[in-house]
Amino acid sequence: MAEIIVVTSGKGGVGKTTSSAAIGTGLALRGHKTVLVDFDVGLRNLDLIMGCERRVVFDLVNVINNEATLNQALIRDKRTEGLYILPASQTRDKDALNHEGVERVLNELSEMFDYIVCDSPAGIEKGAQLALYFADTAIVVTNPEVSSVRDSDRILGVLQSKSRKAENGEQVKEHLLLTRYNPARVQAGEMLSVEDVQEILAIPLLGVVPESEAVLKASNQGQPVVLDSESDAGQAYMDAIGRFLGEEREHRFLEVQRKGLFSRVFGRKG
Amino acid sequence: MGILSYFRSKKQTSANVAKERLQVLVAYERNQRNQPDYLPQMQQEILAVISRYVDIDVDDVQVNLDENCSILELNVTLPEHAKD
Repeated sequence: MAEIIVVTSGKGGVGKTTSSAAIGTGLALRGHKTVLVDFDVGLRNLDLIMGCERRVVFDLVNVINNEATLNQALIRDKRTEGLYILPASQTRDKDALNHEGVERVLNELSEMFDYIVCDSPAGIEKGAQLALYFADTAIVVTNPEVSSVRDSDRILGVLQSKSRKAENGEQVKEHLLLTRYNPARVQAGEMLSVEDVQEILAIPLLGVVPESEAVLKASNQGQPVVLDSESDAGQAYMDAIGRFLGEEREHRFLEVQRKGLFSRVFGRKG
Repeated sequence: MGILSYFRSKKQTSANVAKERLQVLVAYERNQRNQPDYLPQMQQEILAVISRYVDIDVDDVQVNLDENCSILELNVTLPEHAKD
């Protein structure tokens, strides 16, 4: 039986797809057979971030409608062993997903994988609710910014009332992943700190990913950012995955990185 | 400038303003979502009845239900000079 993880946020543009790609790839790098499922029907982008957009033939909706088998729709990642992608449909309307269909696909995937990572669409409507309904664990992606924190709290409310676990009187395990964190601006009092966000949302912290040039560079190339093991964001995601797997990892990248004399004199990019 | 900014350092930063606004809002919204769906409608109707007798505003009527739905608290703030 696989553990079903939903990557969700309420608000759009906070880094759900980037985080899904990083977490899925990271789990596979750590030796766990993992599938990434894109639930953003109509606006799929996980394929693009994973660099497999030209290999999409069938998608989640085809599988739900029995137009393709799961094995036909699953795309094997060429870089990372044990990682597969199930893309969302691009053309059909948002109502193409239904409860029974999603449940059947997840059950089938559950037999094949250790982890199922569901990339949720933005919002708190049907698509987002379906993406989180079957989850065992939720990773709530939040930016240190008022509207993102508020929407994260709302999605936590949905997790606590409209998920399968909640309906069975259980709890979805919740994790906070704070992304686009800028320690310099936090120090200047211009950005909510990790402690502030934690105090408001009151869920355990999985990781803090710094605002990083590496993220855009990675998405330009269709490579999950964890494959850039030199980058701060890539390392922060791998730390978060270590914690997810139960390891003790110190939080890095929370302080302003001190620049050495060399980079101070010769360049801004340290 | 350095000395000035030292004395000004007690001034609230924008991050602190954000935190305080969020704390108030999130507490309010959490309270709202634990309440049954009929509550807003009921609040409207109570307001309609009271405003037939007293000149009050929407914000002057607070309806709260405790978590177990066992105590309904109705709080009406009357204006200082109530209608005769």
